[in-house]
Amino acid sequence: MLAGIAFYVLAATAIVSAFAVIAARSPVHSVLFLILTFFNAAGLFVLLGAEFLAMLLVVVYVGAVAVLFLFIVMMLDVDFVELKQGFLAYLPAGALVALALLGELGLVASAAVSSDGAPIALAPAARSEISNAEAIGRVLYTDYLLAFQLAGLILFVAMIGAIVLTLRRRPGVRRQDIAAQVGRKRSEGVELKDIRPGQGLGPGGLG
Amino acid sequence: MEITLAHYLFVAAALFTIGVFGIFVNRKNVIIILMSIELVLLAVNVNLVAFSAFLQNLEGQVFAMLVLTVAAAEAAVGLAILVTYFRNRGGIAVEDINQMRG
Repeated sequence: MLAGIAFYVLAATAIVSAFAVIAARSPVHSVLFLILTFFNAAGLFVLLGAEFLAMLLVVVYVGAVAVLFLFIVMMLDVDFVELKQGFLAYLPAGALVALALLGELGLVASAAVSSDGAPIALAPAARSEISNAEAIGRVLYTDYLLAFQLAGLILFVAMIGAIVLTLRRRPGVRRQDIAAQVGRKRSEGVELKDIRPGQGLGPGGLG
Repeated sequence: MEITLAHYLFVAAALFTIGVFGIFVNRKNVIIILMSIELVLLAVNVNLVAFSAFLQNLEGQVFAMLVLTVAAAEAAVGLAILVTYFRNRGGIAVEDINQMRG
């Protein structure tokens, strides 16, 4: 009973806030609604008995991805009102596609009933000694070790890609170059001038 | 008021549809498009976890983790491209992105 109420509250909030993501006037509001959607999805995961994934969703999405979005939205000086133009122009086509998609997916979802008309219930969470995280670890680090390594590689490549894309060398900015500074020799920095007595440096100075 | 597999599938279907709809109506704002893609991937994750609970099979949750990884990488690279594009062009209007057209 309580789980049912929790499901409906979480699901309704997730869907409403997901709609607010695409309909919000300001992208900052969109990001905040995206965070709300992820939190509610994490709640749904907890209801399904996937606590580890729920925490992962909060940490990765809310803690990293959504904050990254927030940074970008606030960093870029963009006229978002101008970008909002054309919302109504694309509305009919988008609504058509969305309705067709929703109808088909709903049809598939409602087909998830057994032959006697009763809906197929979720299996009750396994009452076992080990926790969800431990159970995932036992599967992930044995059967899916290669996929796990590949996921790490994907993140590594994405990290390098993001750094390479955003790195730039600006001319005219003095930066520290430790190797060049340490490798500097006396002969490059100091020059001995032979000045005759009584003549001084002359109009040209030291140069 | 028993919650069944179909309930979760409906939620995932709604999230997926909203994501696709967002890509359609926010054609000019690439940031919202990226957020819509995140919504679509979240819908996929809900489906994977629901079936994982339904079948009592943890492999669905492992796959959801992999989808999460790809989503995070995609967001990072996408936003990096966005920053670079903004730096070069001074705007992020999607209509102007046609330099690569032959």
